[in-house]
Amino acid sequence: MIEIRNLSKRFDSLVVLDGVSFQVNDASLVVVLGPSGTGKSVLLKSMLGLLQVDSGDVVFDGKSIQASTEKDIYAIRKKVGFVFQGTALFDSMNVADNIALPLREHTNLSSKDIKERLCGLLEVVGMAGKANLYPQSLSGGMKRLVAVARALALNPKYLFYDEPTTGLDPIMTDRVVGLIQNLKKSHASSGIVVTHDLETARAVGDEIFMLKNGRINKLTKIEKELYD
Amino acid sequence: MNLFSAIGEFFYFFSRSVFIPWRLRETRYRILRQVYEVGINSLPIILIIAAFVGLVSIVQTSYQVAGSMPRYIIGATVGRMVMIELGPILTALMVSGRCASSMAAEIGTMRVTEQIDALEIMAIDPYRFLNLPRIIGTFIALPVLTVIAELDALLLSGAYAHFFLGIPFGVFNYGLTHFFYARDFFGGLAKSLFFSLVIATSGCYFGFKVRGGAREVGRAATLAVVTASILVLVLDFLVALVIFG
Repeated sequence: MIEIRNLSKRFDSLVVLDGVSFQVNDASLVVVLGPSGTGKSVLLKSMLGLLQVDSGDVVFDGKSIQASTEKDIYAIRKKVGFVFQGTALFDSMNVADNIALPLREHTNLSSKDIKERLCGLLEVVGMAGKANLYPQSLSGGMKRLVAVARALALNPKYLFYDEPTTGLDPIMTDRVVGLIQNLKKSHASSGIVVTHDLETARAVGDEIFMLKNGRINKLTKIEKELYD
Repeated sequence: MNLFSAIGEFFYFFSRSVFIPWRLRETRYRILRQVYEVGINSLPIILIIAAFVGLVSIVQTSYQVAGSMPRYIIGATVGRMVMIELGPILTALMVSGRCASSMAAEIGTMRVTEQIDALEIMAIDPYRFLNLPRIIGTFIALPVLTVIAELDALLLSGAYAHFFLGIPFGVFNYGLTHFFYARDFFGGLAKSLFFSLVIATSGCYFGFKVRGGAREVGRAATLAVVTASILVLVLDFLVALVIFG
């Protein structure tokens, strides 16, 4: 379970997060909805200690990020797979090396085992046969799928998706949404999806929160129906 | 930021990048890639520069001493000049221009495209993953490049002396070897080791500090070259003071 407790973050005079609190229960996918520029990505990065927060804390399975040393934070991050909005694939590496990197760094798997795992992950995201391509030669949607495969490499307990469908065509959007839904069932992993897309939020979220003006509010059933 | 805190931050960045647990098995390919990038890819330009350094040295030395001193002095003077000063410093300045800027641009681009954040989130220390191989790679490649540059400069200056100044190879070589001091050669080499550290650290440091977009990446590349070049000259003086002072 992840508990976000009273998280606040400001950039100079701009308050981005103002006492944000919610929790992500095991095996549930929480959607944080909000217009562009409201601080959804800041929220995700702050949760993982990439950005220093002004106050508040995030607790992963009882371990506080604020009270953790750098080593402990790295241990927490190994439990999290993160799909960046811009995919953040390493452009000097091909698809195979991008996905295999966390396996090479954090496991003692043999090359053969890594290759097997890699093929399995590419199958899961529907990118089999694309292992030798470089990110520059992939479309935006394909990059997103590779980014999901990389996020899954260490079999994480939590998956964070930052705007997973932004900028994709409707067909690719359906494919990515389907993948998120399938992963939720097959991996039973919990996580957070931040998006400004209502359709995506409705399709994947067990709970939906609205982030606006730094404050977060849970959407009730009636509000969800109104949105629908 | 004042000068002292900037220097402190730079040294902290260096020590954070180098004094860190790492395993050769996982890092060797990235180190070798940097050796290739800094060493092999810089070789053509270094050979050209060193050739002209040798030629200019022999022409100017001959102009200054011809007629007033024995001709073997030309070999001795060119040899010591190249080994102590010109070889290490010009190689380092060329590598600064070529490699510090490319390191800053590459790492800066990784910063703005969130690739460094991705490393952090995958629990991979970016200092170890990005900086360490670059610093070690440059530390290996630069002294080798310096020796190659010195050989290139001395061979060409010897050839020019033989064919255009009428100084036989034997006479040039007599001056070169008779007045050869190991301290000159190893002092120059020691300089290049220090230079390699500031060149790679400048490239990585300014790349890491990039915030924003393409404009900041360009600015980081420029700052990396300027800083590396200045630090090379400062270190040149300090090391010369210790070894030859």
